[in-house]
Amino acid sequence: MKIAVLSGKGGTGKTFVAVNLASIIAKSVYLDCDVEEPNGHLFFKPQDITEEEVKVRVPYVHPALCDGSRKCVDFCRFNALAYVNNKLMVFEELCHSCGGCSLVCPNKAIKEKDKTIGVVRDGTSEGVRVISGFLNPGEVSGIPIVKRILEKVEVEKEMVFIDCPPGSACMVMESIKDADYCLLVAEPTIFGVHNLAMVQELVKVFHKPFSIILNKVNDEKNPAKTYCLEQKLPIIAEISYKEEIGKISSNGYILVREKPEYKSLFIDITAKILKELE
Amino acid sequence: MKQLLILSGKGGTGKTTIAGAFIRLLKAQGYADCDVDAPNLHLILKQINEPETKNYFGLAKASIDISKCLKCDLCRKRCRFGAISINESDNYDIDLNACEGCGVCAYVCPVQAITLNDYVDGKLELFKDGGSVFSTAQLKMGSGTSGMLVSEVKKQLTPFKDEIDIAIIDGSPGIGCPVIASISGVDMVLIVAEPSLSGLSDMKRIIKTAHKFETPIAVIVNRFDSNLEITKMIEKYCQEEGITFLGKIPYDQEVIEAVNDGLTIVDVDCLAGREVKKVYLKTIEFLYSL
Repeated sequence: MKIAVLSGKGGTGKTFVAVNLASIIAKSVYLDCDVEEPNGHLFFKPQDITEEEVKVRVPYVHPALCDGSRKCVDFCRFNALAYVNNKLMVFEELCHSCGGCSLVCPNKAIKEKDKTIGVVRDGTSEGVRVISGFLNPGEVSGIPIVKRILEKVEVEKEMVFIDCPPGSACMVMESIKDADYCLLVAEPTIFGVHNLAMVQELVKVFHKPFSIILNKVNDEKNPAKTYCLEQKLPIIAEISYKEEIGKISSNGYILVREKPEYKSLFIDITAKILKELE
Repeated sequence: MKQLLILSGKGGTGKTTIAGAFIRLLKAQGYADCDVDAPNLHLILKQINEPETKNYFGLAKASIDISKCLKCDLCRKRCRFGAISINESDNYDIDLNACEGCGVCAYVCPVQAITLNDYVDGKLELFKDGGSVFSTAQLKMGSGTSGMLVSEVKKQLTPFKDEIDIAIIDGSPGIGCPVIASISGVDMVLIVAEPSLSGLSDMKRIIKTAHKFETPIAVIVNRFDSNLEITKMIEKYCQEEGITFLGKIPYDQEVIEAVNDGLTIVDVDCLAGREVKKVYLKTIEFLYSL
């Protein structure tokens, strides 16, 4: 069972929700797919970590074999190759690793090599398996890292919680592709509503069952709640804004481990999801 | 035209709130929302006029003419993105979400059954309001070309560069392609940090990214009083790394109320609004000192 936690906007509490849900279940798996800014490990502080580099293929040139046909330059739709001053140049950061350039070169002047774009770390924290991806600063795409993280989980019996990146672009899509259920976390602002509307479209396109957690709820008006009620979107839980929760989270602690009285809140969410999927 | 880009690494630290305030205070002649995945700036900077809109074409996508296909399987074998599969009726299917438009499949197809077609991947908008221009966009969901659209958003300001003193650019969270595309060519990056362990970690990663492109940076902390210990850690980190620290903005419930009323925090009289003015003046001073 894979449950993806996402939100269009950043900072609504995706990691907070995913980390706490994973912490109340024995033998759960937490996947941090927000590889540009992974934060789950700061809360779990996992032990016994194994680390694996994630590599992509990028081209390199044998200058002696290149006759300046520019076939590769013309072929590459990502502008990752240029022929300047009788020399072929590769811009690795623009390369999508499609392999086209080496394929079209009439002289086999282009070969491919590995380039490390980040790492995946796999560890444990009080029975929770914690797998996090880290994109190296300066690298453009974390998609190969997300793919590698998702491949690491084979056992379908386990409860897997996927902490997604913000937004609604390719990285999010990749992260929710295999999810059985999507939890959308929304904050009570008009920013939250606008981005919730977008991400909700995304989960609908993928035909994923979903519900919404209203987070940081206070006594003021809640545009996110109004939107859910108007659009008849299922609200699975409301989590109140409390200074105590904010403080525990901002210091990198897990709420349900520090304050067991909050466990029932997250147990309730999981139970509702399981019932819905029955 | 000087370009001031606002980034944060972590989402939800207050980039858009601060960008909105800066635009108001500066009476900016030009500004842009480069968070094409989740654009929000238009919600607090209401535009009177209708925008000029145009379709944004991302990378092309492959399509297969089944009537020509020999089922030789070359395309599927060569596709590095797993975008080609065989469906139940034994025909080849292209997953448009997975296709990156590289053109390898069309190249290897012996009977030209595959073509690459232009694909609308979003919408660009340009608002003009007498004294100012505002460039924004909305990426189609699930798209993989956010970096290219970010470049297009910034390009929309270029024709006005002689009329714009300082362009304020609201960026996206993260450190990947849209962020890198937004950094390219700007004069400085203002990083809005949040005093949490996550915020500190993410700030370090965005600083590393900006350093790779040798762009001048400065840091501010938003909602600094929500965790004074980590605010101190952020200040200490900046001091040790020789990064300019330009100030702190307190937590203020009225910020959320202003946003929900569709206003910037300097449109109302509030504590955070008064403090952001100080940060704004220091930022402009820093920008002109570069």
